[in-house]
Amino acid sequence: MTTALETRGLTVSYLRDKGRPALAIDDVSLTLDAGEVLAILGPSGSGKSTLLRSIAGLEVLDAGRVLWEGEDITSLPVHKRGFALMFQDGQLFTHRSVASNVAYALQIARMPQLEQRERVAELLELVGLAGFGDRRVTELSGGEQQRVALARALAAKPRLLMLDEPLSSLDRELRERLGRDLRRILVETGTTAMFVTHDQGEAVLVADRIGIMMDSRLVQLGSTAEVLEAPATAAVQRFLGR
Amino acid sequence: MTRARTSPGIVIATVLGVAVPVAFLAVFFAWPVAAMVGRGFADGLGGFGEVFSRPRTIRLIGFTLGQAALASGICVVLGLPVAHVLYRLRFRGRGLLRALVILPFVLPTVVVGVAFRTLLRDTPLDGTFAAILLALVFFNVAVVVRTVGSAWEGLDPRQEDAARVLGASPARVFATITLPRLGPSIAAASSIVFLFCATAFGVVLVLGGTKFGTIETEIYLLTTQFLDLRAASVLSVTQLVIVVALLAVVGRVRGSTQRRVTAARRPRRTDAPAIAAAALITAALAVPVLALVERSLRTSTGYGFDNFALLSGTGSRNALVVPVWVALGNSLGTAVQATVLAVGIGLVASLVLSRSPRSLLARRALGALDGALLLPLGISAVTVGFGFLITLNQPPFDLRSSPILVPIAQALVALPLVVRTVLPVLKSIDPRLRESAAVLGATPWRVLRDVDLSIVARPVLAASGFAFAVALGEFGATSFLARPDRPTLPVVIYRLIGLPGGDNFGMAIAASVVLAVVTVAVIALVERLRVDTVGAF
Repeated sequence: MTTALETRGLTVSYLRDKGRPALAIDDVSLTLDAGEVLAILGPSGSGKSTLLRSIAGLEVLDAGRVLWEGEDITSLPVHKRGFALMFQDGQLFTHRSVASNVAYALQIARMPQLEQRERVAELLELVGLAGFGDRRVTELSGGEQQRVALARALAAKPRLLMLDEPLSSLDRELRERLGRDLRRILVETGTTAMFVTHDQGEAVLVADRIGIMMDSRLVQLGSTAEVLEAPATAAVQRFLGR
Repeated sequence: MTRARTSPGIVIATVLGVAVPVAFLAVFFAWPVAAMVGRGFADGLGGFGEVFSRPRTIRLIGFTLGQAALASGICVVLGLPVAHVLYRLRFRGRGLLRALVILPFVLPTVVVGVAFRTLLRDTPLDGTFAAILLALVFFNVAVVVRTVGSAWEGLDPRQEDAARVLGASPARVFATITLPRLGPSIAAASSIVFLFCATAFGVVLVLGGTKFGTIETEIYLLTTQFLDLRAASVLSVTQLVIVVALLAVVGRVRGSTQRRVTAARRPRRTDAPAIAAAALITAALAVPVLALVERSLRTSTGYGFDNFALLSGTGSRNALVVPVWVALGNSLGTAVQATVLAVGIGLVASLVLSRSPRSLLARRALGALDGALLLPLGISAVTVGFGFLITLNQPPFDLRSSPILVPIAQALVALPLVVRTVLPVLKSIDPRLRESAAVLGATPWRVLRDVDLSIVARPVLAASGFAFAVALGEFGATSFLARPDRPTLPVVIYRLIGLPGGDNFGMAIAASVVLAVVTVAVIALVERLRVDTVGAF
């Protein structure tokens, strides 16, 4: 396995309301192998989303580097990183149809029209929405919108797919079904992925490895079994409810 | 600190995005107004003492504030039932009614003045305080309906339902639940109406005659008739203080415009009083307009288009320098230029203002720019017009004889309306939507085009129509700046009613109808775009 992503000592602070700085993420270092799916698990406010956003290039770093296949990409602009990020509530472009949402990254890459159409059809098929291309995204249910968001994120074959609480806004049954679909799709497409969740079940369902974040720090990183069987600290054990 | 690189193009664009609106406001607003203010202080505070010791001044200030307070009170009372019916209930023809209610607000002030004079002619109300009050209410009731209505539409009705279940009567639900929740929007609407009434010019000038005047009409008279520039600028300063204080209030009470729910429902039996009141008020709004149209078609022998035929001439006793149709052409041309300016600058300013920068200082600066953009809404158009004359007459801006001066002044008046229409839409875009596009590979320019500009396209189009209508009817500044050989339609109408006798009054009415028809046509197109931030504050 080759190392795809590496972060070294990522630190991000934000200004509290009264102007005092506080750390959102504190000295986070991790590596991710090509084709691997990593879940970042932690309570809300632990800095999980900020970690994803800093890897995407959406945050100002106080310290640390981001490397891709050994190359330093810390100062590479967001749109040149070749990643994709899927938000909790999809963030679909409501003024575009389902197909043109999915095709967005392909249009940017100037893929020929015909190929675009084929690829969009293939992706909609993959996420279980074949034939939905001409619908308006506002007509879709929450679960369908998340599927479109996933297809849009996968369209340009991103080097790294990041998902920020992709299933949290859905009800339990749908979450499990979509979670299983997500795992299948990531494995089938061989996508390197990193996703953030506060739900243990989701992490176990989708990921190969789990990282636990608490109070802005990455406190444990290991295979799913390792983390569940041997929590690193008492706090992690309490969080996992074991 | 490290961050993903920002390309130099984006940095330059951001700097320009701030610099262009600021420079425009500085040269064409702050400087003229400051020059005007400077004249008031030319010999210390002595000028103030002298002007304020005139009983006429005190009477004028009292009248200005009194009529504005009364008019805004009446507007709220009349506007609430209409807002309830048009925004809370769902029924056929609601869209059309909403469009009709906003019409008076966009009618040119001179047209409204002429319409009320026609309506009240030979009645005891002609030339009275009540006539001015009626016209001001006619004008501004739409502001209350639109502003309070769109807030009302967004209120979650479940709180009212909860109160009903607990045993509250409809009246009690309204008094204890609905009214308090509408408080901020009512406060915002009434202070905006107060502002418009306190700076009313065209309506008061046409209806008030020599008996009644506001600070605004007095500034006009002092500069154009009595050439008492010192007194005029003292009054400008007074008005400036009042307006800035009011705008501070508006800024404080203006709540967030973000909302998601649409709470319209079918009418219930308990809505009957509100529906009856709304029907009556809406019908009353149509009366002055109908009277104007009726009078325009009246001829010495019956009904016909004689008055309109006269518009190709220059009036009895050569009242005009150019035929009325030429003035209409001037108006349209000027309004197009003003619209391009106002929308261009307004859009750039809105794009910049919609960002929330990281640094506290930058955020404060944007807040200040936001406030500055609202200022032209309240500052006397006459002050601006007069300020232009005394500042833009020397290098580097020797524009006094340039025909661009009128569009610039009109753009200044339309600019706040453009920003108020476009900015709320831009602010409601979730920043993560832009981030989604960026992560998918869109360059910052592409994000701007695919997210911001696509979403804001309709509001910008609506704002353009609105700005065009406002520029078309602008009278305060234009009356100062339009050159005699290039008058606009409102200027011509005012000139015609100032020289009655012969065919002139009939021509003034026919010209008012033409101006109203053009304005209404533009606004009808805007309404079709269904952008609900238009005309809401």
